[in-house]
Amino acid sequence: MTRTIRVTPLRVVRSEWTKLRSLPSTAWSLATAVALVVGFGALYSTLRVTRPPEPAAVASFDPTAVSLVGVQLAALAVGVLGVLLVTGEYASGTIRTTLAAVPARLPVLWGKAVAFAATTLALCVPAALAAFLVGQSILARERLDTTLGQPGTARAVLGSALYLAAVGLLGLGLGALLRSSAGAIAALFGLLFAPQIVVGFLPASWSDASYGYLPVPAGAAVTSVRPDPITLGPWTGFGLFCLYVAVVLGLAAWQLRRRDA
Amino acid sequence: MIEVAGLTKRYGDKLAVDDLTFTVRPGVVTGFLGPNGAGKSTTMRLLLGLDAPTRGSATVNGRPYREHAAPLREVGALLEARSAHPGRSAYRHLLALAQTCGIRRSRVDEVIEAVGLQQVARKRAGGFSLGMGQRLGIATALLGDPRTIILDEPLNGLDTEGIRWVRSLLRDLAADGRTVFVSSHLMNEMALTAQHLIVIGRGRLLADTGMEELMASAARTSVRVRSSDQDALAARLRAPGVEVSPDSDGAVTVSGLSTDEVGTAAAAAGITVLELTAQASLEEAFMEMTRDAVEFRAPTTEGAKQ
Repeated sequence: MTRTIRVTPLRVVRSEWTKLRSLPSTAWSLATAVALVVGFGALYSTLRVTRPPEPAAVASFDPTAVSLVGVQLAALAVGVLGVLLVTGEYASGTIRTTLAAVPARLPVLWGKAVAFAATTLALCVPAALAAFLVGQSILARERLDTTLGQPGTARAVLGSALYLAAVGLLGLGLGALLRSSAGAIAALFGLLFAPQIVVGFLPASWSDASYGYLPVPAGAAVTSVRPDPITLGPWTGFGLFCLYVAVVLGLAAWQLRRRDA
Repeated sequence: MIEVAGLTKRYGDKLAVDDLTFTVRPGVVTGFLGPNGAGKSTTMRLLLGLDAPTRGSATVNGRPYREHAAPLREVGALLEARSAHPGRSAYRHLLALAQTCGIRRSRVDEVIEAVGLQQVARKRAGGFSLGMGQRLGIATALLGDPRTIILDEPLNGLDTEGIRWVRSLLRDLAADGRTVFVSSHLMNEMALTAQHLIVIGRGRLLADTGMEELMASAARTSVRVRSSDQDALAARLRAPGVEVSPDSDGAVTVSGLSTDEVGTAAAAAGITVLELTAQASLEEAFMEMTRDAVEFRAPTTEGAKQ
């Protein structure tokens, strides 16, 4: 078989996939994320079974949310991994070898994004499903459980995995934009947590009006069966979160083309 | 073939590369020499399209680097000794690079064997010594079987065996008709490796010359001599324009006289010559060339002691 030796986008994705899985730190971070999703769900479900809600509060009890409580924590692990996938290359000098092999540069960013998002989804869909099933089997002891057939439940489980992948891409974009681990992790945590705090200082009418448009409330809407009334709808919210991620990746792409490596 | 024309790179208010023009031809090893901070690494980054020039152009094999469809086939580069991620194995590092342009997997094993890293190829690159890192960097440069090879300080951190190996590798690559461009800040290292020299200082071209021409014109040749009566010989040799300075091992270095003149003078005085060597002082020629272009310099050794 003869094949033409030239750079193609698909080959760059393969290359980035090789890089992704050849680092022990990737395996550790992703294993941590999966353990957080499943483990925290099981732990919190057990806690709620030992202290079941008052009969009056059963109607507002959200068994899906209880079993998926680990998603927000896992998002930190996935987001930080996204940052390190890029900043690790800058710190070790690998980026120069990488960009010398792919001088067009942008395929490297897209290749990393595709390989990382696919890997995160492949692990987090089963993880969210496992967390849900384990959680419900625990909650069933007090008959507090629900099933995937209930409206919005399957969407919330799948949505949790999608949200995790999107946070991972946010980290990746910030890493490529800022190039330093410390700076990009600080920016990631800032984007995830700071807006809610800032909005909390505003008058109630303003904060209620803007809260749903903040990154985490918007993105997390898709992960819950019964969204908070002040947040956007599940897919609208997630769409907005993806738009934020796209803006960060776009800025990163622009910088990657423009700046010296 | 590497062609650089009017190449200039400014970082803020520092001019790192200042209007460089030179050509690196295939078939010979070309040394790229200059003191630390002279702009060698910057020039190499500009050649590889990693940094964008402020002015001027650089082409490799006839085109700007970025325009090659399979850059690894055209140019193999070693930019720094530690350029692999410390957590990744040498094999995976090379495989990921090979995959970007569809270089076959067996080529990865070939270059690993060529640089002698078979034993450690599956181990994390973070545990590599500087010398092993250099070997991995050279494997990276050879991966695409490129027509042009650019190596930044490839001899740093290598042991004697490694240095000899790199030297013969570079000569073989050049003998194959490839373009080989190797930087160093040590003249003596280059004297044994390169056939052509490009010397820069403070980003400017100082010399673009064949190694043999440089040797022939080396500003001052000196003679190292050891004899049965060093003091008597020194007294006899001293004359205007002749300098005699003792070496640490009991020999003396004489500048301004040829070996013939020193030998004849010793015979006339009845002194037995035990050792007599001509030294083309390339190091001195280089120092002279770059005297005004050294970026960092201790005032004098005396000053440092106070």
